[in-house]
Amino acid sequence: MTHSTGSVSACLPIHSDLDLVRVRQHVRQMTAHLGFGLVEQTKLVTAASELARNALVHGGGGQMECAPVTTGGIRGLRLVFSDQGPGIADLEQALSDGYTSGEGLGMGLGGARRLVHEFSIDSRRGVGTTVAVTSWISGPPRPREAH
Amino acid sequence: MPEQQAAEHQSNPAEEVGAFLRERREQIAQRWADAALLRTVFTVSRDEAVEAARTVVEALAAVAASGRVADSEADGFAVVREQLARTAQSRARAGAGIAQISAEMDALRPPVTDLLLDELSDAPAEHLRECTTALTVLMGTLRLVMLETTMNAGQDLINRQRLELLEIATPVIKLWEGIVAVPLIGTLDSARSQVVMEILLDAVVEQHARFAILDITGVPTVDSLVAQHLMKTVAAARLMGAECIVSGIRPAIAQTIVHLGIDLSSVLTRASLADALAYALQEQGDHIVPNPASAVEPR
Ligand SMILES: Nc1ncnc2c1ncn2[C@@H]1O[C@H](COP(=O)(O)OP(=O)(O)OP(=O)(O)O)[C@@H](O)[C@H]1O
Ligand SMILES: [Mg+2]
Repeated sequence: MTHSTGSVSACLPIHSDLDLVRVRQHVRQMTAHLGFGLVEQTKLVTAASELARNALVHGGGGQMECAPVTTGGIRGLRLVFSDQGPGIADLEQALSDGYTSGEGLGMGLGGARRLVHEFSIDSRRGVGTTVAVTSWISGPPRPREAH
Repeated sequence: MPEQQAAEHQSNPAEEVGAFLRERREQIAQRWADAALLRTVFTVSRDEAVEAARTVVEALAAVAASGRVADSEADGFAVVREQLARTAQSRARAGAGIAQISAEMDALRPPVTDLLLDELSDAPAEHLRECTTALTVLMGTLRLVMLETTMNAGQDLINRQRLELLEIATPVIKLWEGIVAVPLIGTLDSARSQVVMEILLDAVVEQHARFAILDITGVPTVDSLVAQHLMKTVAAARLMGAECIVSGIRPAIAQTIVHLGIDLSSVLTRASLADALAYALQEQGDHIVPNPASAVEPR
């Protein structure tokens, strides 16, 4: 079972461009601290940058919770981005490459999903959007084989 | 407490404190002028310190009279905010931290309390307590206003430095006749990339550059927004007749861009600034001949 190791979890506000810088720096520090390789660090930081910016730009601001997790002895980092914005009407459309309701490339959400090992999104119209992602130190943990 | 006795005093303690402050303005201002906070700010002229103190006492009196002793947004404070901000800035420049400024603000309270106690020496105990409480709350609110302005001043400084950084951190280097380079360092947010684009296009025009190299070795994260900015800059440079080369894409970033799904194929890229320069030189028809002394094996 995946569980939070608790000790160094943090919650960062996302209300300005400067907060985006802090989010990226925090995720970079945490991944480095946990022993992620450079490529995995860069991937998770980039995914965090996309999701935090979406919370800021489309969700009108929100927060990121960041907590180290372990499962079966493998360590990872779980990030949860939440906002109380308008929500996403059509998730499939929002996740598809190139779709943007603004002036972006429309690659953020789908790209973030490809950059992490686990990705889940929960969005309700008028309530807000929560995106949770997790990456593990060396690839996603494989389910133990049944004998 | 007998009712007639209470009626002798003004019914509202805040209003009474207001009246007291107005009456004793001169005495309070004199005492404050010698307090650490004002003494260290107005080092040259004590008169100025007294004058500054007077306006603060007046503001406090106005706030007390309006009955809003606990409200840092009370109109009376608006008048002194700027003055407090200057005082705070001056203290901060002299190396005082928030805690010290706060302590110095706190030291303004006892002289006023002493005067108030004098004034009300024969008032009923209950009334005395209410008045001193109102004064204490009022002085606490003043301290809050002061700290707010101090922190805002700090934030202004940070914002200003940030703006300055936007410009300083974007030098244009002329590498060769017709070839300019902009090494980017730090976060490429929207404001910054606007500056970068302008500086780059200006340089292209001024230096008649045919090639502009954007080196992103120092950019920690390339996400979809940064990629979009890069593509826009490249497109704009192209419109100005210059070919833009993006160099310094580190391996981890290259892999990330691929996973992100961003297609940079419309952008000319090279691994390093040196590679980008070599490419541009070759395209321009400039040939760099290696030094024969080092190229030729000694016999
Ligand atoms: N937190 C959110 N709240 C509301 N809508 C969102 C949220 N996140 C994404 N969306 C919607 O999904 C669309 C696609 O998001 P995505 O991040 O892929 O692209 P984008 O933000 O428009 O551009 P970019 O490529 O620069 O990220 C957005 O245009 C927006 O309509
Ligand atoms: Mg986005």
